[in-house]
Amino acid sequence: MVESLIERSAREAYGRLVALLTARTRDVEAAEDALQEAFLAALEQWPTEGVPRQPEAWLMAVARRRWLDRTRKESRMDRQSDFEAHFDSMETETSRGDVLPDDRLELMMLCAHPALDASLHAPLILQAVLGMRADQVASVFLTSPAGMAQRLVRAKRKIKLAGLRFELPGPEQLETRLGALLDAVYAAYGAAWDDWTGADGQRRLAIEAEMLCAAMVERLPEHPEVLGLWALVKYHEARYAARRAADGAFVPLDEQDVSRWDAGRIEEAEALVRRAAEAVKHSGRLGRYALEAAIQSAHVTNRLNGSRDSAEIYRLYEALVRVAPSRGAWVAHAAAAAEAVGAETGLRLLESVGDGGERPYQPYYALRAELLYRLGRRHEAELDYDRAIALSTDEAVRGYLRGRKGRVF
Amino acid sequence: MKYALLIHEPEEVFGVRQDPEKAPVYWGAYVAFGQALTEAGVMTGGAALQPAETATTLRKVDGKNAIQDGPFADTKEQLAGFYLIEVADLDAAMEWAARCPAPEYGGSVEVRPLLVM
Repeated sequence: MVESLIERSAREAYGRLVALLTARTRDVEAAEDALQEAFLAALEQWPTEGVPRQPEAWLMAVARRRWLDRTRKESRMDRQSDFEAHFDSMETETSRGDVLPDDRLELMMLCAHPALDASLHAPLILQAVLGMRADQVASVFLTSPAGMAQRLVRAKRKIKLAGLRFELPGPEQLETRLGALLDAVYAAYGAAWDDWTGADGQRRLAIEAEMLCAAMVERLPEHPEVLGLWALVKYHEARYAARRAADGAFVPLDEQDVSRWDAGRIEEAEALVRRAAEAVKHSGRLGRYALEAAIQSAHVTNRLNGSRDSAEIYRLYEALVRVAPSRGAWVAHAAAAAEAVGAETGLRLLESVGDGGERPYQPYYALRAELLYRLGRRHEAELDYDRAIALSTDEAVRGYLRGRKGRVF
Repeated sequence: MKYALLIHEPEEVFGVRQDPEKAPVYWGAYVAFGQALTEAGVMTGGAALQPAETATTLRKVDGKNAIQDGPFADTKEQLAGFYLIEVADLDAAMEWAARCPAPEYGGSVEVRPLLVM
């Protein structure tokens, strides 16, 4: 009971506390260590002494003391007054009230600083605001755990020793860095989405990704991409349960039982998409996430109204491949063309994308198999189903594709 | 915080310094940059260096002092000079580095925090 309360505090407060400590210390690593110790202290003390009235303020106070102890030990005494000044200003902040200030946006912007290697921006963000371990971060970004751990440690050392600024950057820099923030949050959500069984505890990442979206919207309420990402995550999350049948079989979007969708979340997502569209109009900025959210909105509307407006979806994908061309976007664009124009056009567009060469792309073969089947090229379709099955990491998806292949005969 | 702005320039730029036509513009840019640093009160030191071929490098080889005629590494870009500045953070140091003339001449500016003892 107390343990679960500590876990909930950890989930809700972790990033905020790291951000507050880093704002004072400019040292992400020390902030994380101090907070880790504070959580250990909570695990020891709360079960016997009871949960403090303001758990976050308690954790902050302990973390601050641990940080001060350590800094005093490591540094010369003549800098003592600096630390006391830090201490005092943090004291004022935390005693102000129940709600601690939220500096997570600044923390994430610090992690996306141009002085740090761009490939580390998203991993650093996930570690700093969500407290993900290096091996978990590595699995999200499909890299080696040992290499990731070492690179994260080095980056945090640079943040401290090189004195990176902890502050929201100017408008131009903010736009550049925001891309890394959005990608990091979406990658965290993606990891939760892929993990159907929930065995790795990845499901909690879905909740945290939504929380981070909310926190970003709080600070940047009229940014179309931030609104778009939040809507996108909500659409996925609303359909999370419906994407699998009772026996665990994979169910594609157009066959999902819409009564199993989370209607509340869908409504929230729709409202966010409308806000994002307004923001696009005002700012003239049209990006990946606002577009992907609009695409999801169109799919959902089609399903709920029993309509098949494929032209609108195709138009949105045309814009997406212009704004954010990626292999995934191009393959989805070909699929949209197949619906809106015809299988032949879809196939032609798909084949111009390419299958990924050395790293063959599963969605490419899965889509090509469908299109070849529709065009009556059954033998080729069968071969592509087999390739798509071989490239699928998820047994439920393999089962679904086997079923599709079965129709060929 | 204290930072060094380490100026690296390609060999041919060292030639520009002697070129009667180009040298005044080259030095003019550096003088202006130095003045800006001084007026802002952030400069704490610095120097321009003679070309790399004037360098003498000492190291120990098999326990004996060895003297090499030339810089420590024979690379395309060589250390041409440095500034020592004191500013609030790396972002401020990077803003100063962006105003340094070196990149205009095909060189680079490395921003390094000083180790404070």
